[in-house]
Amino acid sequence: MTSKASALKNLGAVREMIKRHKLKDAIFGIVGLICIMLILLALLILFIDLLADGYPKLFSWDFFTNFPSRRASRAGLLTALVGSALVMLVTFISAVPMGVGAAIYLEEYAPKNWISEVIEVNVTNLAAVPSIIYGLLALGLFVYILDFGTSILTAGLTLGLLILPIVIVATREAIRGIPVAIREAAYAVGATKGQVVGQHVVRYSAGGILTGVIIGMARAIGETAPVITIGALTFIAFLPPSPVTTTAPFINFDWLTSGFTVLPIQMFSWLSRPNADFHVNAAAAGALIIIVTLLMNAVAIRMRYKIRKKIKWQ
Amino acid sequence: MSNDTNSSNSGNTNISARLAKRFSRNIKERVIEFVLMLCALSAVFTTIAIVAILLYESYTFFQHVSIVDFLTDTQWTPLFEDAHYGILPLVSGTLTISAVALAFAIPVGTVAAIYLSEFASHKTRETVKPILEMLAGVPTIAFGYFALLFVTPLLQKIFPTLPTFNMLGPGIVIGIMVVPYIASVSEDAMRAVPMSMREGSYAMGATRFQTAMRVVTPAAISGIIAAYILAISRAVGETMVVAIAAGQQPNLTFNPMDSAATITAYIVQVAMGDLPHGSIGYQSIFAAGLVLMLMTLFFNILGHFTRKKFREAY
Repeated sequence: MTSKASALKNLGAVREMIKRHKLKDAIFGIVGLICIMLILLALLILFIDLLADGYPKLFSWDFFTNFPSRRASRAGLLTALVGSALVMLVTFISAVPMGVGAAIYLEEYAPKNWISEVIEVNVTNLAAVPSIIYGLLALGLFVYILDFGTSILTAGLTLGLLILPIVIVATREAIRGIPVAIREAAYAVGATKGQVVGQHVVRYSAGGILTGVIIGMARAIGETAPVITIGALTFIAFLPPSPVTTTAPFINFDWLTSGFTVLPIQMFSWLSRPNADFHVNAAAAGALIIIVTLLMNAVAIRMRYKIRKKIKWQ
Repeated sequence: MSNDTNSSNSGNTNISARLAKRFSRNIKERVIEFVLMLCALSAVFTTIAIVAILLYESYTFFQHVSIVDFLTDTQWTPLFEDAHYGILPLVSGTLTISAVALAFAIPVGTVAAIYLSEFASHKTRETVKPILEMLAGVPTIAFGYFALLFVTPLLQKIFPTLPTFNMLGPGIVIGIMVVPYIASVSEDAMRAVPMSMREGSYAMGATRFQTAMRVVTPAAISGIIAAYILAISRAVGETMVVAIAAGQQPNLTFNPMDSAATITAYIVQVAMGDLPHGSIGYQSIFAAGLVLMLMTLFFNILGHFTRKKFREAY
């Protein structure tokens, strides 16, 4: 009788305990949701803040076609837009072939020895080096030792080195997803290693490589610190010489050595002025940069998820 | 008989033609492999170049400034008449801002990771994860704008004595910036914990919260700590947010309500000016960069070893 009573009492205590634990469970669920909402909200506010501050400029055509000016109302983004496009061109040309090549070597060719190990460790470490250190490297190496000056070439190469690890890591991941059977089938009909890699492995992993390239380029467009470090924060009210000319040989490389400004630099220069009128321009430039980088990232991430879902190699 | 010799003759020429072809194929293969190896070695060359440039310029710097002064002097005024070269004020600024950032990011990021891994439905996770990845792609200069013109004015309403340039606002903004890293990397680590461990815990009657706290988190602790260290390394190397919103006055203080310059902000400040190549001010940014590089390297190595040491194999 007493044992039954104590069991009942115990049961009550156990129920009490279960209730308590379930309450904790529910509370944590809410706290977790709040944390996630907090991050998303912060991002939303950041975006809305830029749009709200910059919208008078964002919807005026003049803002995109005007040169920078000492007067906030007339200052525009033209030189920065052209500069960003040309710098990105150099970045793309320098980083993509090199990054894809390095990834192919590491995945398909590299023998298991200390050299490969050193390369691996280096790629991982480079991804963690702060971007401003790349700026110092470029200042010492490209600007002074190689004497490229503060030019589009220097900026493009600097950002190229910066996104190299991103391209390498993404490409390796894409290549790793290709099953061995594909390679064996190609070898079986007499393909050389170069043919297997060039005609099969790289082709099938092109989607994954492209996502890595887009994410890398998005990073390069918004990157400010290394470009400031090479001395690019100057007043640029001219366009670089056009890469395409009307006379033979139709291509002109003078733009590579030209002075330049890019979108984030222009934004920083407006933001660091005490005159609050310029802050509107800075907000508009910032909104533009965010829209471009978020769009690029969204496309890349969507592509990655699609590729993951779509390709089933069996 | 004659038929036989004929065919063996043509066989011979066939073979030699094929051998010639194979020879050229081999050469081609070798060339491909060599070029790809050069691409991969570019990562090593970049590291060597970074270290060489930093050491070379710092070496000339330390011929003018004694290392003891550099490490113990409490003033950093290389651009003044009365020049002092004590790195401590810059290091204190860097560490204070990083501490503020982590004080915000570690709780929020960890809770978000636990929620995503253990509590959220599949659909929530698949929606939030890509958004977190996108957040990691927002350019830092936009966060700088946010810190200077949104977060600091907001904080000034709570703390009226807060100066326009302070370490609290940028610290919190850097915290917001690194939350996605912590959440994403920790969540990956938690997802890697085998389901059987959770099932064991649930079978004993544990709630989700108990399972998350006492089974999954301890099992994934190496990955979680590695995520924290990655976040520290990013916070220490972050440039634009602090250059815009934390001020440019080196200040030996650990009070986040003060304004102070960080190592990265100093490099930007010098690069914005017109310091002649080879002057001591120019060299000082490389010495500062070397300290920054060593700090991030320390954290990266620490992260590497934590991951190795606490890794549990399942």
